[in-house]
Amino acid sequence: MPGELTQSRNEDSEGSKFEMSALKIKKGSSSHSAYDLRDPNAEVIGSHTLAVMVDNEAGVLARVIGLFSGRGYNIESLTVAEVDHAGHRSRITVVTTGTAAVIEQIKAQLGRLVPVHEVHDLTVEGPSVERELALFKVAGTGEKRVEALRLADIFRANVVDSTLESFVFEITGTPEKIDAFADLMRPLGLVDVARTGVAALARGV
Amino acid sequence: MSRQMTGAKMVVQALKDQGVDVVFGYPGGAVLPIYDEIFLQNDIRHILVRHEQGAVHMAEGYARSTGKPGVVLVTSGPGATNAVTGLTDALMDSIPIVCLTGQVPTFMIGTDGFQEADTVGITRPCTKHNWLVKDTNKLADTLHQAFHVATKGRPGPVLVDIPKDVQFATGTYTGPREAKVSHYQPKVKGDLNKITELVALMEKAERPVLYTGGGVINSGPGASQLLRELADATGFPVTSTLMGLGAYPASGRNWIGMLGMHGLYEANLAMHGCDLMINLGARFDDRITGRIADFSPKSKKAHVDIDPSSINKVIHVDIAITGDVGHVLEDLIKVWKSRGRKVNKDGLAKWWSQIEQWKLKRCLSYKNSDKVIKPQYALQRLEELTRGRDRYVTTEVGQHQMWAAQYLGFDAPNRWMTSGGLGTMGYGFPASIGVQIAHPDALVINVAGEASWLMNMQEMGTATQFRTPVKQFILNNERLGMVRQWQQLLHGERYSHSWSESLPDFVKLAEAFGWKGIQCKDPKDLDDAIMEMIDYDGPVLFDCLVEKHENCFPMIPSGKPHNEMLLGDASTEGAIQAGGAVLV
Repeated sequence: MPGELTQSRNEDSEGSKFEMSALKIKKGSSSHSAYDLRDPNAEVIGSHTLAVMVDNEAGVLARVIGLFSGRGYNIESLTVAEVDHAGHRSRITVVTTGTAAVIEQIKAQLGRLVPVHEVHDLTVEGPSVERELALFKVAGTGEKRVEALRLADIFRANVVDSTLESFVFEITGTPEKIDAFADLMRPLGLVDVARTGVAALARGV
Repeated sequence: MSRQMTGAKMVVQALKDQGVDVVFGYPGGAVLPIYDEIFLQNDIRHILVRHEQGAVHMAEGYARSTGKPGVVLVTSGPGATNAVTGLTDALMDSIPIVCLTGQVPTFMIGTDGFQEADTVGITRPCTKHNWLVKDTNKLADTLHQAFHVATKGRPGPVLVDIPKDVQFATGTYTGPREAKVSHYQPKVKGDLNKITELVALMEKAERPVLYTGGGVINSGPGASQLLRELADATGFPVTSTLMGLGAYPASGRNWIGMLGMHGLYEANLAMHGCDLMINLGARFDDRITGRIADFSPKSKKAHVDIDPSSINKVIHVDIAITGDVGHVLEDLIKVWKSRGRKVNKDGLAKWWSQIEQWKLKRCLSYKNSDKVIKPQYALQRLEELTRGRDRYVTTEVGQHQMWAAQYLGFDAPNRWMTSGGLGTMGYGFPASIGVQIAHPDALVINVAGEASWLMNMQEMGTATQFRTPVKQFILNNERLGMVRQWQQLLHGERYSHSWSESLPDFVKLAEAFGWKGIQCKDPKDLDDAIMEMIDYDGPVLFDCLVEKHENCFPMIPSGKPHNEMLLGDASTEGAIQAGGAVLV
């Protein structure tokens, strides 16, 4: 994206025109990192799903997470598991946000870590499927309990545990679908939620 | 060839097999088995330092002056944490270092054992990679991998943490040839299409500039040779970052001096006004770019870097070439020659006459004095009296460092060792010892400020013990000069804690360690005193009392573009605006 990077970094320098001092940094501009002084409205910030193939060795997750926190990048969601037991290879799926230039930089920084084999940006490399699994505990009796069960059916959630006062639903879908289900369950007695974070694969071969 | 041996013996064997001849280290409980093995052999020389930070800086000096990785051996806990500054310095400046640390035995890890620290956790962000070895059978392979990672691609520091029980246990040793092939194989050849695109721009460019960095030095002497060939054949002007000095000779026809915050007027204006910028192994550091929005606004930019994350990180470039500078230069020259060695002769002639105009500004001129030694004068004399000798220069960090970069000339790579990225005060003295260990007969000078120098002065004992005749040339202004300069320009002349109080008598200090001490304060005595320092066969502490309030110019104030430089006589009041004040 020619030109975008220069544009996004202009903020540092424009500060000097506006007589900005260290203590007058715009509120909220450093919500993601203590060092992030860029105006969040400067450029389109997109959400990207990255698949990172790594050696499953001690400390590899700390290395990846440390890179994100150390350089002030965001992590919206992160999942990791060994996907090739014989080859000791793990797949880290990380959903992150940033301008196009920041996303490029994140990919380059990930790519140069020694245990990282491949980095794929599923958001730009073509169509992909994203799924997340969540467990919802909903407590209630009477009409609310019936309504929860009815909505669970509509969302194709399974009941994996049941008592006279509660259900545990298992639901799989996009993060948006799970968010929608959570919104519906909240007035019906939502007690607890556990979410796995996003797992994603590119479509086709 | 695999053999059974203890982990401790494997360490020494692996170092030998990797061609290591010197280790900089300090013993302690968790590395005693390795020190036992060092005791039992004569192939590897061990340099006993006085503080682990010194060990890493010595290894850096060794590495930068030889092109080989520097090796450090320290104990667990405080040994490892003391090494952190050195490792971070090596990471920022891309210096290959292999640091071996002892660790409490595996069964004690996590119990807060004596001298236990989470070494791999602490050093993860300040190494290129690190390993905790829990199985003696994997130790040899890990050590060979460590050398591979430290030296391949963009060089950097690596650390191998070895618990004491792994050192005692017996396992199978594998040599470097049998070691597992690492998947870490950075690309060294550049994309030929991109290189051809760059050549096409070079053929037409009216105002080209070669902007070179430490990557040219790290790529090896061949890359410096190719850079000279390219510059001389095309007639393009060459400027360099602090890290790249010496890659193109300072005496070369096309040299226009160092660029950046304290770079030369002509170099910075050439960067600002060029129409084609060719970045070879530099990283658009904030000391170089100044205000990003106004950085070289009219130029097409090409960037050659072995580290893809350096490209488009700060400055968006038009042609990005990922690869080793040496390999890319080789292809670049081939392609340029095969297309008929074309350059825009008229454009270049005009460009050079413009550069000659800028040079007339004589941006390095200063008001000399016959009463007090000006730091610039001291360095000019040092340059004059040492030029042509087999000379290596290290520096500490601050004004003296910038003056050294401005007034000393380097005609060969690997002759200039300074802490650029991290700006580590206390770097230069231990680094000079490391350089001298690698080049016992050379003249090794550390240009220092008194405040920086004191930060690692404990290494005087190391220099005495190992008979390294290092020359410590201290420009003593009894101030933290660069801090004082910023306080003058930016903080209303409130000189908060920027003076050096209770300084030692440097001559007596030298004598206390068996060194020679020289003090000089009269410009008339300076030449003789410098010659006395050079001619003395042993370490010298040269206390050069200089003007206390000299400022370092030219200077691009923080947050300003290249064409808004401050020169020596200019008014500096309000030079840095509030917006620039948040920058460093």
